[in-house]
Amino acid sequence: MGVNVLTLQARPTVSCITAAFANPRQDRSTCDKVVLGQMASAGYADSMTKRSVLVAIALFSLGCSRGAERPASQQPAVHTTTLSARTPADTGTGSDDGQWRMPARNFASTRYSGLGQITAQNVGHLQLAWTFSTGVTRGHEAGPLVVDSTMYVVTPFPNILYALDLSKPGAPAKWTYKPSPMLAAQGVACCDLVNRGAVYYDGKIYYNTLDDHTVAVDAKTGKEVWKTQVGDINRGESITMAPLVVKGKVLVGNSGGEFGVRGWLTALDAQSGKLAWRAYHTGPDKDVLIGSRFKPFYSQDRGKDLGVSSWPGDAWKIGGGGVWGWISYDPDLNLIYYGTANPGPWNPDIRPGDNKWTAAMFARDPDTGEAVWAYQWSPHDLFDYDGINELILLDLPIKGQTRKVLIRPERDGYIYVLDRTTGEVLSADPYGYITTTKGVDLKTGRPIEVPEKAPQTGKVVREICPAAPGAKDWQPSSYSPKTGLLYIPHQNLCQDEEGTEANYISGTPYVAAIVKMYAGPGGNRGVVTAWDPVARKKVWEIKENFPVWSGTVVTAGDVVFYGTMEGWFKAVDAHTGKQLWQFKTGSGIIGQPVVYRGPDQKEYVAIMSGVGGWAGAVVAGGLDVRDSSAALGFVNAMKDLPQATTKGGMLYAFALP
Amino acid sequence: MRSRFRSGAARRRGRRAGLTALLLILFATACEREERNFQGLPPSAASSIPPVRESPLQPGPPTRSASVSGPYEGNAYGVSQGKTLYNQFNCSGCHFQGGGGIGPPLMDADWIYGSDPQNIYETISEGRPNGMPAFGGKIAPDQIWQIVAYVRSMSGLLRKDVAPGRNDDMQVRSQEQSTQKAKPVQSAIPPSSERP
Repeated sequence: MGVNVLTLQARPTVSCITAAFANPRQDRSTCDKVVLGQMASAGYADSMTKRSVLVAIALFSLGCSRGAERPASQQPAVHTTTLSARTPADTGTGSDDGQWRMPARNFASTRYSGLGQITAQNVGHLQLAWTFSTGVTRGHEAGPLVVDSTMYVVTPFPNILYALDLSKPGAPAKWTYKPSPMLAAQGVACCDLVNRGAVYYDGKIYYNTLDDHTVAVDAKTGKEVWKTQVGDINRGESITMAPLVVKGKVLVGNSGGEFGVRGWLTALDAQSGKLAWRAYHTGPDKDVLIGSRFKPFYSQDRGKDLGVSSWPGDAWKIGGGGVWGWISYDPDLNLIYYGTANPGPWNPDIRPGDNKWTAAMFARDPDTGEAVWAYQWSPHDLFDYDGINELILLDLPIKGQTRKVLIRPERDGYIYVLDRTTGEVLSADPYGYITTTKGVDLKTGRPIEVPEKAPQTGKVVREICPAAPGAKDWQPSSYSPKTGLLYIPHQNLCQDEEGTEANYISGTPYVAAIVKMYAGPGGNRGVVTAWDPVARKKVWEIKENFPVWSGTVVTAGDVVFYGTMEGWFKAVDAHTGKQLWQFKTGSGIIGQPVVYRGPDQKEYVAIMSGVGGWAGAVVAGGLDVRDSSAALGFVNAMKDLPQATTKGGMLYAFALP
Repeated sequence: MRSRFRSGAARRRGRRAGLTALLLILFATACEREERNFQGLPPSAASSIPPVRESPLQPGPPTRSASVSGPYEGNAYGVSQGKTLYNQFNCSGCHFQGGGGIGPPLMDADWIYGSDPQNIYETISEGRPNGMPAFGGKIAPDQIWQIVAYVRSMSGLLRKDVAPGRNDDMQVRSQEQSTQKAKPVQSAIPPSSERP
């Protein structure tokens, strides 16, 4: 039983960059050389990487001077120029603001549209332009893609891909692609039969099916180019995430933290569909692709084969840690960033140890998959804080210096700001109601836990806040470089939980907990929070009755769009949060709004309406509200949803008259 | 009123007769004590179930195969064993305590593949196309019958004195014993199997 609970250690050796920040008087040029030297000796031999390091340093020094010049205006400070340089929708996908070619619109995952035709002043006149029925009535979490004059829509299971011709009135379907996934895959999807969308790359649409296949479809003809099986339902694996393509590699991860899967991220060659690399998130370093380049910032994340030694026995083989959320990419650093899901089973008594590398963030080289740093933000996760949320890459002025950061509104209720070059946590501020922890220790990177809130076998622990879906789940935030604010859709839920005995049977759930969720303080189950990441404070918030399970999008017209589970699609003022317009769609909204320019040069905003997902399973799955534990306890918090909305599956596109 | 004139002896006689009747009732009900089957059913018990038709539309000779009562339908011990097994074999992981989640609810009136004990046995043993795993070979036939009985108790289809009356874990639903019988109705095809 190789359980290795790491003892807390003093702050690790600071890197040159952080040392420079700690001591601004340090000579930067020497420092730069040291960094280069260190990196070269650490195996950064190839010239491409060296160039990107140089670029990084150039940007870094550039950023520093910019930071100094920044006027102390009331506008929250972001360097639009630096940002757009690093908002790489522009890299490899063209710089046309009118399109939406990848899930979060750009590699930095800002979900910001530069279109400004629809503004806070005229959005009140927004009208329905056209609709499209998908014919499927499970939870529609996907966002459509817009490439040239075609829109691509992926439905929930059975994962149909529609191509809609935007150049014709009413956007009729051009073609339909049906992958016909195995029906039995529905039995291993934890939380409704959702799919979070597709990605466009080099003439093809890539997406995943629930039964563990990645498909490449010709964007013009709808013909299947390749289809690769990457997982197995008999191991409890399913796929719900939207893939991302980085440098010709399709990045895909598995779902199944409630089924005892062994989590992984896989890269497939975009041309052939052949496996390029796979990184597991439990097990020995060679499987996790941890090698000589791996430099985690915190001592808790250093050591050999922690993915084995931080588990009891062979529990790592069924320990969870999938990837079903979002991936971001920094082309300058040539690093992808993503988070790993919760450990399994939920009952923590069954898996003593830190359970690496579940509930962690990784920075990897997309070419080889090698891990460059990792940070386990919830070691030995207690509450299903399933860390797959979006990571937004920004360059922000922090303490007078411009830092390359990643921002993550995390499950545990804190907004983490990390230095994305090193994995150092710069700040972690609460944005939701929290009883499970008292903060994050920035010296160790570990949360300061409240022992009496830890779930136990055979004991009911009450008022665990945030509940298992966290203060925020998968629903992605957006960021406007104009306002400098982050628009976070999230929920306000607490839960009671009892740990039970676990019994691993492959292909069946492996949770070992009875859960009952309910609204947090205030009674509103949903919130949209506008957050200033520089001032580290909330600027405004909107309370919603049901969890805000849709994403947000923000435009250059300073309008934020999101949807509610009752079915209202809303536009609010990006500066104040004041509601400017709303439209009642046919079913609850849990999708991702997108903004695009049509062939008629008009700006459109589109959203899928179709309630479901974990939060809406009570309607999508026709569940019985008399059982509080139904759908992993979420039903107890959503007993009134069946009165508020019904099933649906419809795409709505809006434009000004 | 005649009783007003009854003697004390007659009153005593009446009381004795009442007592005798009570004892007789107690004696008779004692005979009804349910049996615990410690042996389990032979594996062949599974293969001897007559098939049950799932459609009333029958081009051949119309037969409505008599609903065979499962061996534990009237057996509180078997039903409580079924409840334990329901949780241990992770049925609760998908159907939870009857409200459903990954799988459909089991405490309501809707039955996609039939509510007869044979139907439920077949569902557990052979699986169903939309995600229900086939547990035959993993769970012994006798234990499947116990789970069948428990599943039927979840929507009040068993006698109240047979259905479980208490729960050992966090209370998340009313007890099976006090659940009102939900008269089974045939449900539509599972919504998830819609294939436009």
